Amino acid sequence: MSLFQIFRRKTELKEELEAHLKMATSDRVARGESPTEARQSALREFGNVPLIADVTRERWGWLRLERLTQDLRFAARQLRRSPAFALTAIFVLALGIAACVAIFAFVDAALIKPLPYQAPKQLVMLFESIPLGPRFHLSYPDYLDWKHENKVFTSLDVFAPYGFMMNTPDGLRQTDGARVSAGFFRALGVAPILGRDFYDGEDRPEAPRTALLSFAAWQKRYGGNPKILGQTLILDGDPYTVIGVLPRDFNFAPAEPADFWALMKPNTCRGCHGLFGVARLRHGVTFAAAFPDITTIAKNLEKQYPDSNRDQAAYMLPLTEVIVGDIQPILLVALSGAGLLMLIAAINVSSLLLVRAESLRRETAIRGALGASRGRLVAQFVTEGLLLAAIGCSLGIVLAQQGMHLLTQLIPKDMRASMPFLVGLGLSARVIAFAFMLAVMAAALFAFIPLGRFRATEIRESLLEGGRASAGTTWRKFGSNLVVIELATAMVLLAGAGLLAKGLYRLLHTDIGMVPDHIAMVHVQAQDEKYGKPEQQVNLVREILHRVSALPGVKSAGITTKLPIEDADWTTDFVYVGRPNDGVHREVAIRFVTAGYLTTLKTQLLGGRYFRDDEDAAEPFVVVINHAMARQYFPGEDPVGKQIALDVDTKHPMSIVGVIDDIQEGQLDAAPRGAMYLPLYQHPSDGFVVLARTAQDESSLIPSLTSTIRSVDSAMALYEPMTMAQKIHDAPETYLHRSSAWLVGGFAIIALFLGVVGLYGIVSYSVGQRTREIGVRMALGAQRGSIYLMILSESGRLIAIGVAMGLVAAVTAASLMRKLLFGVHAWDATTLIAVGLLLAAASLLASFLPARRAASMNPTEALRAE
Amino acid sequence: MPAKNTYQNRIDLLQGTLDMLILKTLQWGEQHGYGISHAIRTTSGEALQVETGSLYPALHRLERQRWMTAEWKQSDSNQRAKFYKITKLGKQQLSSDYERWGKMVATIEQIMTAE
Repeated sequence: MSLFQIFRRKTELKEELEAHLKMATSDRVARGESPTEARQSALREFGNVPLIADVTRERWGWLRLERLTQDLRFAARQLRRSPAFALTAIFVLALGIAACVAIFAFVDAALIKPLPYQAPKQLVMLFESIPLGPRFHLSYPDYLDWKHENKVFTSLDVFAPYGFMMNTPDGLRQTDGARVSAGFFRALGVAPILGRDFYDGEDRPEAPRTALLSFAAWQKRYGGNPKILGQTLILDGDPYTVIGVLPRDFNFAPAEPADFWALMKPNTCRGCHGLFGVARLRHGVTFAAAFPDITTIAKNLEKQYPDSNRDQAAYMLPLTEVIVGDIQPILLVALSGAGLLMLIAAINVSSLLLVRAESLRRETAIRGALGASRGRLVAQFVTEGLLLAAIGCSLGIVLAQQGMHLLTQLIPKDMRASMPFLVGLGLSARVIAFAFMLAVMAAALFAFIPLGRFRATEIRESLLEGGRASAGTTWRKFGSNLVVIELATAMVLLAGAGLLAKGLYRLLHTDIGMVPDHIAMVHVQAQDEKYGKPEQQVNLVREILHRVSALPGVKSAGITTKLPIEDADWTTDFVYVGRPNDGVHREVAIRFVTAGYLTTLKTQLLGGRYFRDDEDAAEPFVVVINHAMARQYFPGEDPVGKQIALDVDTKHPMSIVGVIDDIQEGQLDAAPRGAMYLPLYQHPSDGFVVLARTAQDESSLIPSLTSTIRSVDSAMALYEPMTMAQKIHDAPETYLHRSSAWLVGGFAIIALFLGVVGLYGIVSYSVGQRTREIGVRMALGAQRGSIYLMILSESGRLIAIGVAMGLVAAVTAASLMRKLLFGVHAWDATTLIAVGLLLAAASLLASFLPARRAASMNPTEALRAE
Repeated sequence: MPAKNTYQNRIDLLQGTLDMLILKTLQWGEQHGYGISHAIRTTSGEALQVETGSLYPALHRLERQRWMTAEWKQSDSNQRAKFYKITKLGKQQLSSDYERWGKMVATIEQIMTAE
């Protein structure tokens, strides 16, 4: 039954009763009564018209609905009558819900929504662990042995993210891609939407080369044209036939971003590591049961091939953990933060409602006395709570959507590419359901808090008291408890934010062994056909360095094969020259650099010297090692002058000429690891990174840097131009620390504000309630100072309890997020004390205002006050 | 005052009998609320005065039970009024009500006349 029909039937009933009255009146007039008299007697005979209408309407059976609309209208009117209260409550609630919903959307996209593969829980990722760490690459022969000897997987495939160099009309261009074994997509349970998958054996060396396109690349590069099937691409100088397009929702984070998926050709180099494994657990085999099986295989391989496989153990992780493992802790911390904020928001609105229920006491009592049933009064409060929750929730969802958008924009581009699961981020059904659940919980809370205020007897009492509530003490106690919880929660958030911020500061100011400001850089990949020979590569590098150094503003320039602050890939083992081979595996990172690289980074030379620019293949081989390698492999001796070699037969010995302080080669928060730097001129390459230190703003150098390098040969691929500061800023671990610090910090500031406002409200209310008491005290001779003291000591007690409870909870919470605290203890005293003082000071200020009001009261007026 | 007199002479209706009386009244033709109460009063020789507070809820209930339908029409005195009309279902209800009423009267009579 629609509201309109209800309305129509209501007017109809009114008309019907009116017709009755008119006919009764005219009958009486016909009998000789005067019209006025007749009307009055007819009315008297008829009885209470509205009551009869009400009773009649009850027969329709939709009175409940009608009452609800009536209550809603009443609630809306009540809220309109006190817009400040309504707006505050709605805004605070919307803020809490928005924070929760936005963060939950991320949690949903990353942690709840299953990965877009068949039975993703059965998928694991395989690594080889080496002394440097557990998540390193497999070699192709190892992969084949693992694949054939394991008894726990239904399939085992490999992949490797790979930047293809694609021939385009403009020359060579770097493109993102990946190389996989033939069964890779079948293992994931993913089939192309267009064309076909790789077939088994298509990765034979003699088979023609083929490639699959990602859906995005198909759309972006080929406008979604289905005729792309069968066309030929030139990648890395080889022709590839496009055989298919992958589904739109397919993504594989460990290899993303990837536009082209090609097959990797087999090789027999057991020491060449560059692959990751993906395997599907056999039905009924658990993760814990599979791990030992693959470990045993790796152990046997180690015995079988001691040269190449020494210390190469198997390592495995659930695929889900690999994909979302990094973002999981920050999401959980952010969700907890948002939850706490929501708690504060809900408590805040609840105390507002309490104060309001108190101020409506008299009105409620009058309505009760006039015959409104208790149920009806309660229903009206419940409706008001529902209405508040509904409006707050709707607004919260709108805000959350904006917030999600903003938060995604704040993720660095490269990082977003490695989190493809965030593409589907938005108001999914689950997120809406979550928002709805929050709204229902809030509504229940808001509805039931004022209910506690209603006891049948109270109605009479309130009237008798004339609305001056001495019964306010119970509720004041309840309100105080709420404020204590609020302050404690704010304390937890503030402490969390403080610790995270300190951790972020520590991380950004950790010693990375170089001076990262004023450095611009760009990746270069030269064409194989033109620069295939070592001399050609050396000449190219010299020419580029020559031109870049001549650029105005460039103070120095250098070249490396791999930038610092990335993963710790590109490692090698080495042997001592002139000592018997003890068979111990010694693995360190290896970088090929020009002499200018180390000086451009302003590394610290601890001993010996840097390379000279003229040390090329004609000169004796030299190497510079870092402090960690010196300490680990040359303990108690001076490594300078010692010789090492990369080959076991030590045919190419290298002299250690210098030791530098550790450059952070791995991620910012990783421990320093051994690394060696070899002259690029002795080991040339056609792909490298050019760095230039400038006196001016480094980002303004990037255009001239790239155009200068392009002027050497415009067909070379130049990619990922950036500054070192940007690299540090955009590094995943910086992002994780920064975003968690900012998110929790933002929540903490809101929480501080809400907590302080909540306290202000409670103290003001309490002062308002005690106006007469204060008047009496002052009339009896109390000094203003003692009034201050009375009010401030009351709130001081609340603040002390709140801060103390918050401290305990904060340390507990902080130890749960240890992972995100870089170089900071959960019980970091300076942070905790500073945060506690901040909260206490802000809270005292909030209670000072009402205290001043109380102390400056005129006792005569206060006594006269109601 | 006539109103007062009728009030004093009023007979309290047994539960459920009002429905039967309304349906019976409508058997003589469609009628509006005032007409029904008037008819009951005159037919009972002014002994039964149906209270409007009972009449209108009953009318709306009977309409909802589809024992009668309603239609807005002009009355004889040119007054627009809601006229109720008994339905087939209402006629069946009336006869079963009347039958039950008869049994009840007989039963009560039996008790009252018992020695």
